[in-house]
Amino acid sequence: MAVDTQTVRRIAFLSRLKIEDDKIAAAEEEFNKILQWVDQLAEVDTDQAEPLVSVNEGRLELRHDEVTDGNIADEILANAPMKEYGYFAVPKVVE
Amino acid sequence: MTDLTKLTIAEARSGLRKKEFTAVELTKAYIARMEKKRGLNAYVCETPEQALDMAAESQKKIDAGTGGDLEGISLGIKDLFCTKGIQTTACSNILKGFVPPYESTVTFKLLAAGANFLGKLNMDEFAMGGSNETSAFGPVINPWSKGVPLVAGGSSGGSAAAVAARMCAAATGTDTGGSIRQPSAFCGVTGIKPTYGRCSRYGIVAFASSLDQAGPIAKDVRDCAILLKNMAGYDAKDATSAKINVPDFEQFLGQDIRGLKVGLPKEFRVEGLNADVAACWDRTTDMLRSRGAEVVEISLPHSKYALATYYIIAPAEASSNLARYDGLRYGCRVDGKHLDDMYINSRSAGFGTEVKRRIMIGTYVLSAGYYDAYYLKAQKVRRLIRDDFARAFEKCDLILTPTAPGAAFPIGDKSMNSNPIQMWLNDIFTVSISLAGLPALSLPAGLSAEGLPLGMQLVGKAFDEATVFKAASALEQDIDFGSVK
Repeated sequence: MAVDTQTVRRIAFLSRLKIEDDKIAAAEEEFNKILQWVDQLAEVDTDQAEPLVSVNEGRLELRHDEVTDGNIADEILANAPMKEYGYFAVPKVVE
Repeated sequence: MTDLTKLTIAEARSGLRKKEFTAVELTKAYIARMEKKRGLNAYVCETPEQALDMAAESQKKIDAGTGGDLEGISLGIKDLFCTKGIQTTACSNILKGFVPPYESTVTFKLLAAGANFLGKLNMDEFAMGGSNETSAFGPVINPWSKGVPLVAGGSSGGSAAAVAARMCAAATGTDTGGSIRQPSAFCGVTGIKPTYGRCSRYGIVAFASSLDQAGPIAKDVRDCAILLKNMAGYDAKDATSAKINVPDFEQFLGQDIRGLKVGLPKEFRVEGLNADVAACWDRTTDMLRSRGAEVVEISLPHSKYALATYYIIAPAEASSNLARYDGLRYGCRVDGKHLDDMYINSRSAGFGTEVKRRIMIGTYVLSAGYYDAYYLKAQKVRRLIRDDFARAFEKCDLILTPTAPGAAFPIGDKSMNSNPIQMWLNDIFTVSISLAGLPALSLPAGLSAEGLPLGMQLVGKAFDEATVFKAASALEQDIDFGSVK
């Protein structure tokens, strides 16, 4: 499968990454090289194979859903680039 | 007094108990070494004062006879582990200045065992890379470099280089596709990626959650055994950590390996395999055979698809994990006209090229219309790869392979950097094991024609690190790498 410029732009937006106009052609070429390489998987017969999501399938431990900490708003906000009134601050989203 | 930084953890521990030197003296020796070798760029944040304070506390415990397993031992910590009150960046600009308000489970356990931390170690950005060249802090220089500066490997390049240069007694690393094993091989030190689930991932900056595992990089096999015992164990904070007993791995060292069945995967004997690597593989095979191990050929037919599978699954998980870096709650923020603009500006400024590349690939393979063709397909091949190992382990107890296809290469190497796939090929012998979640140890096994270290990889069944340690300690005696270098 190959991607076109428009797809590369769409994937960049979905990734919330900016690709400058003069870099888009190079990005497209590289993207296609990688896709061409992973396309080798098409030759593997996987008709009988169930997808493996995690190697420890069926071994997940359950725990009680209970509060184990809290009242640490200051710690949580300590690394925030911008905060106001005990909240994370963002650019205006509603006009 | 002998140079204290030359002691292994086991030797230092015994010296501390016998009062031959103090924990403060030992820590000071490492701090001096860390300063002397600063040019290698192994540390991205040094914390000597904290280390000394903790060493003084450790000495009190040693004097009182209450010291822990690692009392007074100075470690370096890969910058992927959150350390409370100490900057943790994953060597990315997007996390510069981030100071975690909590401690990762692995580092918490090491501290509880009495270790002190000299600082945070350089690595590829978000552990994505095989040469430490994607770090926002610049590459680590391999201590084995003669004229041209060589890469230390990656992603745990700072960890492997710091251990090799004796800038810490040992270090923590993490391994997603080979990030403990390959740098260990490049720097001539020993490192183990344990079974997926052995160590808690809590507080380790996430890259690909179904693959990430923590493990030690150390001077020898025994030190790896000591450290892993103190890093591993079930943790309620990580649902994927295994509720399985952690043995005292040291007890398996030096045990008889007669009758042990060692498998050699025929598919790894690729055409054009580096001659030095092939010779090293043959030599170590003979060593195991002379000690009474039985060598058998095994087949891992799907292993040739492991790299392509990995480069779908790991980026997919990374694109999801790295969605959290939005410039909002922590890390780098670049303002924009509106919220989406702020996300885009922050992420575009904060992430490096390789990380952006993998986020884009991951986003693509998870996007509508391509999910089945790429992501689901890769997960199916992953099962076939794992089943191959299960079948192989019906014929053997352990698998022996080279760790990497060659020795360390120069920083900025043109052919390695000519396209991303070339660099990814460094993981060719390590990724299939990661996809299968198996334990694997790399130990220095010889030198290339240029006099650079080569590593061999011992792979065990899930949660059978014991057999890996047993065979590794036998090999270590025969190889005697210390006298080789």
